[in-house]
Amino acid sequence: MSVKQAREFIVSKGVDSFFVDLNSAVKFNIRFFREVFLPPYEGKEIIKQCYEIGWKSLPLISLTGFITGLVFTKQSRPSLAEFGATSWLPSLVAIAIIKALAPLVTALIAAGKVGSNIGAEIGSMRVTEQIDAMEVSAVNPFKFLVVSRVIATTVMIPILMFYTGCVAMLGSYINVHTNEMTSFVAFFEQAFSKISFLDIFSSLTKAVVYGYTIGIVGCYQGYNASQGTEGVGKAANASVVVSMFLIFVEEILIVQITNSIRG
Amino acid sequence: MENERQNRGKDEPVIKIRDLYKSFGSNRVLKDVNLDVYKGENVVVLGRSGTGKSVLIKIIAGLLTQDSGSVCVLGEDVSKLDDKELLELRLKIGFSFQNSALYDSMTVRENLEFPLVRNKKHLKRKEIDASVERVLTAVGLAQTINQMPSELSGGQRKRIGIARTLILNPEIMLYDEPTAGLDPITCIEINNLINRVKEDFNTSSIIITHDLTCAKATGDRVAMLLEGTFAKEGTFDEVFDSNDGRIKSFYNYNFIK
Repeated sequence: MSVKQAREFIVSKGVDSFFVDLNSAVKFNIRFFREVFLPPYEGKEIIKQCYEIGWKSLPLISLTGFITGLVFTKQSRPSLAEFGATSWLPSLVAIAIIKALAPLVTALIAAGKVGSNIGAEIGSMRVTEQIDAMEVSAVNPFKFLVVSRVIATTVMIPILMFYTGCVAMLGSYINVHTNEMTSFVAFFEQAFSKISFLDIFSSLTKAVVYGYTIGIVGCYQGYNASQGTEGVGKAANASVVVSMFLIFVEEILIVQITNSIRG
Repeated sequence: MENERQNRGKDEPVIKIRDLYKSFGSNRVLKDVNLDVYKGENVVVLGRSGTGKSVLIKIIAGLLTQDSGSVCVLGEDVSKLDDKELLELRLKIGFSFQNSALYDSMTVRENLEFPLVRNKKHLKRKEIDASVERVLTAVGLAQTINQMPSELSGGQRKRIGIARTLILNPEIMLYDEPTAGLDPITCIEINNLINRVKEDFNTSSIIITHDLTCAKATGDRVAMLLEGTFAKEGTFDEVFDSNDGRIKSFYNYNFIK
C-alpha cells in the first residue's frame, strides 16, 4: 500500500470500516423508529410477512422445540436419579425451557431461517435495482420492505417462542410420563410451581429484542448489499452471523438485568 | 396535470443540467456535463459502457447525488428537494431500468398496480383495473396480466417495465439501455414503443444507449458522452458525421451504415 493510500484511513482500513458500518447501522435503526410511526402504514405487507415468518417457520420450530424438551429431560434424568430427585424433573425442565431454551432456540432457528431469507430477498432486490425502482415510483422502499419485516419479526418471534415452549414442555411430558407415569396435570403443576411472573416477562422481553434484532439485521444487510450475486450471498450470511452474535450478547445483558431486578 | 404541462413554457427545458461533476472515490465519472432537454423531445445519450450514462440519469431521478453542479427537473433543483418534494417530483418521472427491475414476487398486474395504489389512494378498484389495462394495451402485452416476471421474455420484461412507469402518467421518461441484451426484432419493437410513448403520453425522454439503431430510431437529438463529458451534441447525422476521432472510432464498431 502506498503512503498516499495509507493516509486515506484514520486508523486502518478494518477499524475505519467498522466504525463506518456502525454509524450506518445506528442511522438505519434511527430511521426505523422514525418511520415506524409515520403513515402510510403497510398493513397488508405486515400481515403477509407475519404469515411468511411465523406460519412457515412452524414445522421447523415444532420439530426443534419437541426434540429439545424430550432430549433435555432424557439427559437430565440420570443426574437427578443419582440423588433420588427425578420428581424435580418437571421443575428443572420448565426453568430451563422457559427461562433460557425457548427464547434462545427460537431466536437461533429464526436467525438461520428468517434472517437469511430477509437478507437474501432484500439483497437481491437491491442488486437487481428493484429497490431503486420503488424509489423512482415515489414509493418509500424502507417503509415497504424494512418497517414491515422488522414489525413482523418483532411480533412473531415472541409468539413462536411461546409455541416452542409449549412443544418443548410436551416433549418433556411425554418422556416423564413414559418413565414415571406422571399425570398431565401433576406434571404441569409441578413444572410451573418454580416459575415466576418475572421469568415469563424476562423471556418475553428477550423474544421481542431477538425478533427486532433478527429483522433489523437481515434488512440492514440486504438493504446495503452490493457487488451482484456475491453481495446477496454475503448479505444472507452476514444476516445470520451478526444476528446470532447479537442474540448471545443480548442474552447475557437481559439475564444480568433480570437477576439484578430479582435482587 | 395536462394544464400544468401546457402552461410550462415551450422554450423552458424540462431537464436542465449545468456543470455536473460526479466521482466514485478517485474515479471521476462525470465532468462538466451540461444538457438541456425540451418538452416533447427524445434526447439520446450515446456512449460506451462505463462512461457514466446510467449515473447521469440516476442523478436526474435523485437516486444518486452529484458532487457539484445542478440538475433541474421541471423547474425543481433535484438536490435541494426534501424527501416529500422528491417523492412528488418522482411521480412525474418514469424510469425504465436496464434489467427491467420488475418485482419478482409479484405478478404483472401487481407490478403495475404497485405504484398506483400507493400514490393514488383515492382510486377505486375499477379505475385501477382500467389503468392497468390501458398501459398493458399500450405496450401490447394485455395477455400477460397474471404471469410472473420469471415467465416473461427479456423483451416482454422491458415492455412491462415501461408500462409500470407509464401508469403514473409521467411527464419525463428516462430509459436506461432499453435495447440491451435483446434480439434485433425485439429492439425494433422497443424503439417503436419508445416513439409511441412520446406521442401517446406526451413525454420528454432521455434514452441512454450504446445501440446506434436505437439512437437513430428514437432520438430527436443525440449527445455523445465520452470520458465523462459531452463531446458532441446534435441530430444523429450531425454527430455521426463528426470529425472527432474518438466519435468515429465509436461508430466504426457499428454496422449502421
